[in-house]
Amino acid sequence: MGSAASYVGRLCGSEKKQEEERRLRANDRPSNLSYRYANNAIRTSKYNIFTFLPLNLFEQFRRLANAYFLFLFILQLIPQISSLSWFTTAVPLVLVLSITAVKDASDDINRHKSDKQVNNRKVDVLIDGDLRNEKWMNVQVGDIIKLENNEFVTADLLLLSSSEPLNLVYVETAELDGETNLKVKQALTVTGAMGDDVRALAAFAGEVRCEPPNNRLDKFKGTLTVDGQTFALDNDKVLLRGCTLRNTEWCFGLVVFGGPDTKLMQNSGRTTFKRTSIDHLMNVLVLCIFGFLAAMCGVLAVGNALWEVRDGSVFTAFLPRESGAGATFSAFLTFWSYVIVLNTVVPISLYVSVEIIRLGNSFFIDWDRKMYYPRNDTPAQARTTTLNEELGQIKYIFSDKTGTLTQNIMTFNKCSINGKPYGELFDFSGQRVEITEKTERVDFSWNQMADPKFIFHDHSLVETVREGNLEAQTFFRLLALCHTVMPEEKKEGELFYQAQSPDEGALVTAARNFGFVFRSRTPETITLMEMGTKVTYELLAVLDFNNVRKRMSVIVKSPEGKMTLYCKGADTIIYERLHPSCTKLMEVTTGHLNEYAGDGLRTLVLAYKDLDRSYMEEWKQRHHEASTAMDGREERLDQLYEEIEKDLLLLGATAVEDKLQDGVPQTIEQLAKADIKIWVLTGDKQETAENIGYSCNMLREEMRDIFIVSANTEEGVKEELRNARRKMCPDAAEEPPMTTGRAGLFWLQRTQTVKDEEADGEYGLVINGHSLAFALGKNLQQELLRTACMCQTVICCRVTPLQKAQVVELVKKYKQAVTLAIGDGANDVSMIKAAHIGVGISGQEGMQAVLSSDFSFAQFRYLQRLLLVHGRWSYLRMCTFLRYFFYKNFTFTFVHFWYAFFCGFSAQTVYDEWFITMYNLIYTALPVLGMSLFDQDVNDRWSFQYPQLYTPGQRNMYFSKRAFVSCMVHSCYSSLVLLFVPWAAIQDTVRDDGKDIADYQSFALLAQTCLLVVVSVQLCLDTLYWTAVNQFFVWGSLAAYFAITFTMYSNGMFFIFTSSFPFIGTARNSLNQPNVWLTILLTSLLCILPVVAFRFILIQLRPTINEKVRNKVRTEVLPAPAPRRPPVRRISTRRSGYAFSHAQGYGDLVTSRRFLLKRPMKSRPVLFMQTDSPLAQNQPQHYRTIAEEPEEAQSP
Amino acid sequence: MVKHEQESTNRPDNTAFTQQRLPAWQPMLSAGIVIPGFLIIGAAFIGIGVALFVTSQSIQVLEGPVFFYYALSNFFQNHRRYGVSKDDNQLFGDTSYFTSPSSSCSPYQYDSSNKPIVPCGSVANSMFSDTFQLYQVVNGTNKLVPWDGQGIAWWTDYSIKYRNPSVTPLQNAFNNTVKPINWTKPAYELDPTDSSNNGFINQDFLVWMRRAALPNFRKLYRRITQGDYAQGLPAGNYLLNINYSYPVVDFGGRKKVVLSNVSWMGGKNDFLGIAYLVIGSLCVVMSVVMLIVYAKFKFPDEE
Repeated sequence: MGSAASYVGRLCGSEKKQEEERRLRANDRPSNLSYRYANNAIRTSKYNIFTFLPLNLFEQFRRLANAYFLFLFILQLIPQISSLSWFTTAVPLVLVLSITAVKDASDDINRHKSDKQVNNRKVDVLIDGDLRNEKWMNVQVGDIIKLENNEFVTADLLLLSSSEPLNLVYVETAELDGETNLKVKQALTVTGAMGDDVRALAAFAGEVRCEPPNNRLDKFKGTLTVDGQTFALDNDKVLLRGCTLRNTEWCFGLVVFGGPDTKLMQNSGRTTFKRTSIDHLMNVLVLCIFGFLAAMCGVLAVGNALWEVRDGSVFTAFLPRESGAGATFSAFLTFWSYVIVLNTVVPISLYVSVEIIRLGNSFFIDWDRKMYYPRNDTPAQARTTTLNEELGQIKYIFSDKTGTLTQNIMTFNKCSINGKPYGELFDFSGQRVEITEKTERVDFSWNQMADPKFIFHDHSLVETVREGNLEAQTFFRLLALCHTVMPEEKKEGELFYQAQSPDEGALVTAARNFGFVFRSRTPETITLMEMGTKVTYELLAVLDFNNVRKRMSVIVKSPEGKMTLYCKGADTIIYERLHPSCTKLMEVTTGHLNEYAGDGLRTLVLAYKDLDRSYMEEWKQRHHEASTAMDGREERLDQLYEEIEKDLLLLGATAVEDKLQDGVPQTIEQLAKADIKIWVLTGDKQETAENIGYSCNMLREEMRDIFIVSANTEEGVKEELRNARRKMCPDAAEEPPMTTGRAGLFWLQRTQTVKDEEADGEYGLVINGHSLAFALGKNLQQELLRTACMCQTVICCRVTPLQKAQVVELVKKYKQAVTLAIGDGANDVSMIKAAHIGVGISGQEGMQAVLSSDFSFAQFRYLQRLLLVHGRWSYLRMCTFLRYFFYKNFTFTFVHFWYAFFCGFSAQTVYDEWFITMYNLIYTALPVLGMSLFDQDVNDRWSFQYPQLYTPGQRNMYFSKRAFVSCMVHSCYSSLVLLFVPWAAIQDTVRDDGKDIADYQSFALLAQTCLLVVVSVQLCLDTLYWTAVNQFFVWGSLAAYFAITFTMYSNGMFFIFTSSFPFIGTARNSLNQPNVWLTILLTSLLCILPVVAFRFILIQLRPTINEKVRNKVRTEVLPAPAPRRPPVRRISTRRSGYAFSHAQGYGDLVTSRRFLLKRPMKSRPVLFMQTDSPLAQNQPQHYRTIAEEPEEAQSP
Repeated sequence: MVKHEQESTNRPDNTAFTQQRLPAWQPMLSAGIVIPGFLIIGAAFIGIGVALFVTSQSIQVLEGPVFFYYALSNFFQNHRRYGVSKDDNQLFGDTSYFTSPSSSCSPYQYDSSNKPIVPCGSVANSMFSDTFQLYQVVNGTNKLVPWDGQGIAWWTDYSIKYRNPSVTPLQNAFNNTVKPINWTKPAYELDPTDSSNNGFINQDFLVWMRRAALPNFRKLYRRITQGDYAQGLPAGNYLLNINYSYPVVDFGGRKKVVLSNVSWMGGKNDFLGIAYLVIGSLCVVMSVVMLIVYAKFKFPDEE
């Protein structure tokens, strides 16, 4: 698409020479116009009314198939060659071209409409000292425009001033990079001073010099010169088109890039078209067919030469030669004539039919209610409609974690307070009760400030707290105090928390609901509502979290003057710092922790300590010194922290659940049964990733070993990978077992495939991002692949988007297997684009992943339906279709080939020309489409019952070169029967009134009727799923054949078009003969019965998995879905999921004034628009920065 | 409630079609269907085969009505260039094509003096020109067997596809045209005995123009339906008088004449009967083979 556009661009000579630097002056249109920069109008459409026909035709004829048919058509216009009338090729070609053209035109009209809509949006532009409402397309580079809240940014702007303090603006970049969290941009002070003073802005004559237009979203380099002073410009001062202004009343900006030059437009239109392996195979086969066609025509041309010499030369009395035409020339002409006659081996309708089938199957995905997610009203969507059958061949799935496997919602699930566990329900006999949606929830209505979305099931905890249990109250007070969450109170009592990590948010929310509401904070105080009373604590110190400390503490002073240190952290760390008196409690708590860990929950241990006033004074003094020290500040602070965080008193432990999306473990289990390997690629840290691995059953305690590769050197990584491999498969050779082959259109591509190796048990592999960087290097990648592929489960953590794509590429390259990548965020875009199939999780985060995906739906669990049902069916249908389609066309064509030997190799067709024209278009089009749209071997529930049904697709079992050859052999047989049985039946015979029936026209009618009956019966044999529609199509097509035949052979048609319908009367004269019908019956059964017998015997001897299951379907009823297993309680000493983000905490920000500037004074609209999404509140900033984007753009 | 509906605007329709739950029949090639099926088909085929074979065998020369055919071998009426070498419009009686025949007739479009040939083209030009008379030798005298040259061509050819121009006399339509080069008489004089059997609707011409599908073919020449011979040719000696004018030796062809009668299944042709018998028997054999295979291997049901 893009290439065509640029091609056209070049044609028109509108491509400017490379711009090296952009220079512009504010408010100076004449001078800016002299540079001829693009204005802000965009054009994504490809055609206009005048260029549509030539350009569209040109593009269509660039497709091999269309060009081939054009070539055929031209051949047919040469009278010496033309063995068929022109319409046999022209009609299908025109039909195909016009269907495509109509589709292209409607697409382009839509683009025109959207262009128009965008171009006609209005914005305030400062022209001649006035703000004028102008259309977007009239905005020029150098204009100053005014944006208001919630407006789209018009062009790439240099931010000049804004309504907000410090000249800040907030923008949402969802359309650009998929992130829904707001980003802050800040104008230069020198421009910000102008505010909304229109006169000052109109007089502003700053000059901007900056980089030329490019597609890097994260970089901007330039300078602004105002009054001789030069200021540096960077990305923070630029608003990009595609963003939306949020929480900012207004702002002014200077247009730097307009329309096509904006980074948004520079980033679009680079989509690479994905092709399925069936596509590639089809291309290869079509080429083979071309070769085969040439061979057939060659044979026939030689035959013609021989005939001309032997028979033709003496037959001249009746059939004179063209003057001067010898046998050689005749053979040459014959060659081309036969190219025309036999062209149906490469039917033009093949490509059209394939597209229609894919489109139909895509609609079935769109329409599937079982992939519709009611909660946010999101149906599944097939965004690319050309990849369906590939869904049935997936071998590797690469999945993102956050937002894909997990909901990115942390819930406070259980806790242990002073040795007593809470959060579980037991029935009267003391059995654990499984908590489901229906389980009665704790009523928090007594608490005005409670978060209504918080769900808890154990009533005893509320009672304990409300009874005034001291430990329980301290427990929640700690949770309410010890954190770095920022509160926002839009309205009285409507609190929103902005937490750095979702875990923290969950803990603070829990405290809020249990009556310890974190209300507000200033740098020095924290205000809580403790069981309804307002209490303000003085915040003395925040001992922030980092990766080494693995704990966080706050020191607060209560209104009564009591000073307390509250600490939460990893169990091992806290246990080392406990007071000896806690030993017993520690043992009990450890027991609980083990249970929590066994359930895959993230745990934290809470402890506190009352502080002595004088000690505190003195410590504070030292703390102040240390934090202002010039050197060794970190160490000194650490020491201080160590000193005060000891002899803590244990309070209990919390267990937070990183909530998996619904049905994730079951889905993963199903997919594993279908022999699909799932690799998790996540930006998260190792513990979190591992934890999720356990909770979704990818890593299991029963696994023989779980290898962790986290070395920091190439050698180390190599060693770790090798050791793992040797352990799994001690006998394997050191060198990876490779098979080399060739693939591609002309076998030009060399391929290397690493063979699958079997490990001696189940293993898991966890590899770290920095190790992965080495492992993906040239030297180690095969080692990595070998080791990883032996493992049942592979988890890559802390990987960058680029690495995600590299992993996918690696598997694609050396495994020659079909890959699928699934993710939800902008960081998954690269792998979604790299994989054969990209799936986006829609309806949650931004749209970027969905926009670049091929399929999208709302829940990970729909993946199993997409693959095991839709994918499998699509693959089955496509393969059945191709096998049948090739069969039907080869059979059709081969009859001509055999007949050539009996008509002097003269390119005489066996069938009526009209039959040739309509065979693919009308007579056989609908039945085969019906089959390939509705066919299913077993229904969806059985597909789930037997995920093994999926494996044939991975091994290309239904359609391959072998299947193609067997199709050809089958066609050969059928065509021989189809020629010689009718031949023998009418040879030397006559009608029952003695008149002619062995004439050419009767024979043609007989042969074509036999053919149509045979291919229809064969279709019935291939159809597994007989709906009324199929019946209708098959019978309807046969009826249509007879109706059309009788019409075309009728007197009326002959009177109107005398020379076009020479078969007048043939149908009447031969179809009333019993021996004609007996011949049709004989031919059909002779073609079909051997196939039936062969298939029957094959089923008995070597039944495929499909046939086995189909047999089961006939004899058994579907077993009821297994009852949900009650969760098995596991005890684990494995701790994971330290409930902090891996980044340094917000401690600094919290205590510094910067973050809190002006906030309490002004009631501003809430910072995040989508406050009900938990993500908005606690979006962890992992790799979700646009900084990663350009790298992947460079990778091929 | 309204709100709820609004929220689910994207919910796909719940129809059997969209959810791919269309009621369907899922046949399978099971032993219970295939083996009896083969047996039944086999039996039926043997039955049909016997009927066909007996019928075909019963076709004899001596029972009337008897048909007289001439046959040619190695004659490529099905050659493409031969087949297209005619002008359907001309043969439909359109006189405008008399003066300028279709170029597909070339080289029999115009003669050497550039006069249009009517009927043009190779097919017409190569019309079979031998004539026959059949005599029964009764007591040493030759008794002419009367036969009928009417109604030997397809009705549609005679009444629709081929037409003489509506010019009377017919001869005038052919002014300024020449007869085909190989012909001895022009089209309007093909049958001197019957003026309505001339031009393009001459029965022999029509029979010839319906070109054969295969290089060996036979064409109906006359029917013996009248007089003493209506019930068939009685046993005896016959004499066939052949007026030989059609050359076939050049191209290695052969000429033959055939006398035959017909049955409900057309002319004598043993192939269909034998084929049905053979295939019927094969079906029976196959069903036994499949039964053995089925009994021995069954369907490996496990897993």
